[in-house]
Amino acid sequence: MAQNDTLVNGWQPVIGLEIHVQLQTNTKLFSPAKNQFGEEANTLVDLIDMGLPGVLPVLNDGAVKQGIAFGLATNAEIAKTMVFDRKNYFYPDLPKGYQITQLHYPIVKNGVVDVEGKQVRIHQAHLEEDAGKSMHDVYDSESVVDLNRSGVPLLEIVSEPDIRSAEEAVKYLKKIHQIITYLDISDGDMSQGSMRCDANVSIMRPDDKEFGIRAEIKNINSFRFVEKAINFEIKRQIKVLESGEKVEQETRLYDSVKDETRSMRTKEFANDYRYFPCPDLVPHEISEDLVKKVKDNLSELPEEKQKRLMETHNLNEYDAGVLCADKSTADFFEEVAKEADAELAAKWIIGDLNALLNKNDISLKESKVNAVNFSKLIQNISNNTISGKIAKDVLDEVWQSGEDVAKIIEGQGMQQISDEGELEKIIDKILAENTSQVEAYKSGKDKLFGFFVGQVMKATQGKANPGLANKLLKNKLG
Amino acid sequence: MNFQETRNNFRKKQVSAKELTEESLKKAKEKSELNAFISHFEEYALERASNIDANFDEFKDKPLGGIPIAHKDIFCTDGKKTTCASKMLENFIPPYESTVTKNCNDAGSIMIGKTNMDEFAMGSSNETSFFGPVKNPWGQSLVPGGSSGGSAACVAADITTISTGTDTGGSIRQPAALCGITGLKPTYGLVSRWGMIAFCSSMDQAGPLARDAFACSALLNAMASYDEKDSTCSKRESIDYEKGLNKDFGKLKIGILKGIENLGISEEVLNAYESSKKILEQLGHSFVELDFTELSSGICSYYVIAPAECSSNLSRFDGVKYGHRSEAKNISELYLKTRAEGFGDEVQKRILIGSYVLSAGFYDAYYRKAQKVRRMIKSKFDEFFKDVDLVFLPTTLDQAFEMNRESTDPNRMYKEDLLTIPANLAGLPAMSLPNGFSKNLPIGAQFVGNYFSEELLLNTAHKMQEVTDWHKMTP
Repeated sequence: MAQNDTLVNGWQPVIGLEIHVQLQTNTKLFSPAKNQFGEEANTLVDLIDMGLPGVLPVLNDGAVKQGIAFGLATNAEIAKTMVFDRKNYFYPDLPKGYQITQLHYPIVKNGVVDVEGKQVRIHQAHLEEDAGKSMHDVYDSESVVDLNRSGVPLLEIVSEPDIRSAEEAVKYLKKIHQIITYLDISDGDMSQGSMRCDANVSIMRPDDKEFGIRAEIKNINSFRFVEKAINFEIKRQIKVLESGEKVEQETRLYDSVKDETRSMRTKEFANDYRYFPCPDLVPHEISEDLVKKVKDNLSELPEEKQKRLMETHNLNEYDAGVLCADKSTADFFEEVAKEADAELAAKWIIGDLNALLNKNDISLKESKVNAVNFSKLIQNISNNTISGKIAKDVLDEVWQSGEDVAKIIEGQGMQQISDEGELEKIIDKILAENTSQVEAYKSGKDKLFGFFVGQVMKATQGKANPGLANKLLKNKLG
Repeated sequence: MNFQETRNNFRKKQVSAKELTEESLKKAKEKSELNAFISHFEEYALERASNIDANFDEFKDKPLGGIPIAHKDIFCTDGKKTTCASKMLENFIPPYESTVTKNCNDAGSIMIGKTNMDEFAMGSSNETSFFGPVKNPWGQSLVPGGSSGGSAACVAADITTISTGTDTGGSIRQPAALCGITGLKPTYGLVSRWGMIAFCSSMDQAGPLARDAFACSALLNAMASYDEKDSTCSKRESIDYEKGLNKDFGKLKIGILKGIENLGISEEVLNAYESSKKILEQLGHSFVELDFTELSSGICSYYVIAPAECSSNLSRFDGVKYGHRSEAKNISELYLKTRAEGFGDEVQKRILIGSYVLSAGFYDAYYRKAQKVRRMIKSKFDEFFKDVDLVFLPTTLDQAFEMNRESTDPNRMYKEDLLTIPANLAGLPAMSLPNGFSKNLPIGAQFVGNYFSEELLLNTAHKMQEVTDWHKMTP
């Protein structure tokens, strides 16, 4: 079972992830309050979210449909009957003193996702409500609670322990991110907490029959930290085992500042959540009709989109794949390609635009580049208004200011010189000033052609139409 | 005056809603030593009554038009104190209205106050109330039963003709029996639980208390409604229970228990039961003996499931958001002190039992097993109702008992619920009506019906009350 290339000092890491995804429903899982991020504290709160006496939960059908969609996208079993349970514990941001979740009869069971050719099994995905948010730094002496998040629907996706390295864990997490964003059931934004990840990590010798004792790492809120936290934990466990001690079954917190995991609570202090079926919600039947309805309306999945882009826009498999890795990029491309040349657009998105995003470590949505403006840029390249080189400057300007492409080109006089007469004059002047090079070229030094092109570009500040400049130079140099 | 006469007089404009309300408020004051009320809403009630009188045409044909009513203090009332008889909610004013009280308002009734009860509906004697015990109108040293003791006492003492209660393990039927009135626990899901403070969510059910089946049918007409805010509420076509009283359901096959004399029921209660059977026979009904050896396991199942659910339902009372809050240095101290101060002994005891039976390692032995027993009792009733139309039983083991009864058996009080609990476990409707007197104290008996057979229950009780006078007796 062990794959040798994932061994660390002869130890086989075994990893499973629990991913919490906030669903994008209009209202909360059990109340009519709005489900929205970033509003003023305690403004999106219904009686139900406050846990007032005598109020009762009513299940949001929208969340059920989104759960089904995830099940369909991961080839999972959709429950015919699902049951909600109560998980009991005291915490100030948990108004009822229990969380409504699903333990034994979740909405989705036994799914599988393909992570670069490797199958990672999903044990289950279940619906549950989010807690509110405790804040300890607003007032000096008091902690306060914001209940806007209380009752927001979550889909908790629990993998089997099929993952063997931190790198693989990140790939799996990205795959889940891709699926939920394509299904449009969550924005998957880890920085805002709409996707959160806990990792179960253990290590074993490759020929051991049983998995080692695992630690659960909580509070990992970026792809990068998932990799770092798991790698730290693997090393920590190796150290523990190799010094003859035992790994304790415990919950650990990842501290991204110190890049380490710390013990939060050990097994003996683990909460006893006293789960039992929630009597306020009867077992919920999911009809075949509903599943079919969701299936018929299922959003396009990454593989389907990739195939379609290859067919309709004549893209190669690699380019289409890169564009479709992230739904917002693929959507951006499609918007751009409405008016602009698709292959050129793909080239620029994959190349220059992605480079800028990576360099600045932000997402397309967060940047100042929008599809309509970017499309104008590509169109200006296609119709020779600007050269590729100038286009890079224009893109930089758009990146900085978000200014309209046409205005940038016009305002800074960046239009390409495509007027034959104008360009001829410039070339004549250059040839007159560089007679020795002209002679050398004519006597067979072909490499000097590049020198003349460079001189033309220098004289025109890069605005000369390169094709035309080449043509004219060739004619004149004979 | 009973409900039907009162309503007729109002409809004929022989009495105004205001006069009726003044009368109820006056009686409530005169009988304040019963401690039947936690809150009075004098000003509100009089204003509403005047309003109803001013809009007489709008209210005259409503099922409860112009009738004063008392609500158990477990139903949340918008802008009006709702305590559940607990220190925890001593000053709690909900910003929302329960569906039951809203329905009663819509039906034209006038709330004069909220009635006393066992704390969070946990008790069978009304002695666990933070606001002190309710006294039985038939004898001031006696308990009225519980948990809807204030509602039962209020009707028995003629303060109002109707009141609302809730029944989780007998909390409507047992006080009705001990106070000599009629009370119905509907099928689980017939009446919405929205805004009714939860004790055991899978069994709690609100229902009417009144002198007779007629009034119960009118009040049930008002209370029952499909409510999308309660996911356990049944979507059904509504039935006019009052009209149903005049139907002829023919000769019924009524189930009675084999070996009932061995259940520890008092001689007086058994005697009354036997005479009621004769009346039922005279009405043309016949009896079928049922073997219900599982009956007593119902108590064990109930006293696992109900505390389990209550331990979770009462977690929200933590001092963080509303209700009682103790001074504390940190959050765990806040929880501990608030809950230790805010809850009475019985409530704390049940929370402890409930937490225990749900905890890891004990769940299978207690909670799961109790659910198994519950299913067994339910299927037993399913079997019974293949052969019989109704089951007839005494409501209680004995008549009203003395307050502060001492017992060496900590489960003594729980055993009082032997005969009422099975209907709650199965979710079946059951109705208690007065069926005799002994030592000048009332006795009650109950019918248990199949699911949603309230119409038959009310009809049968009504027909019985047409030929008996027990329900007309007043202290």
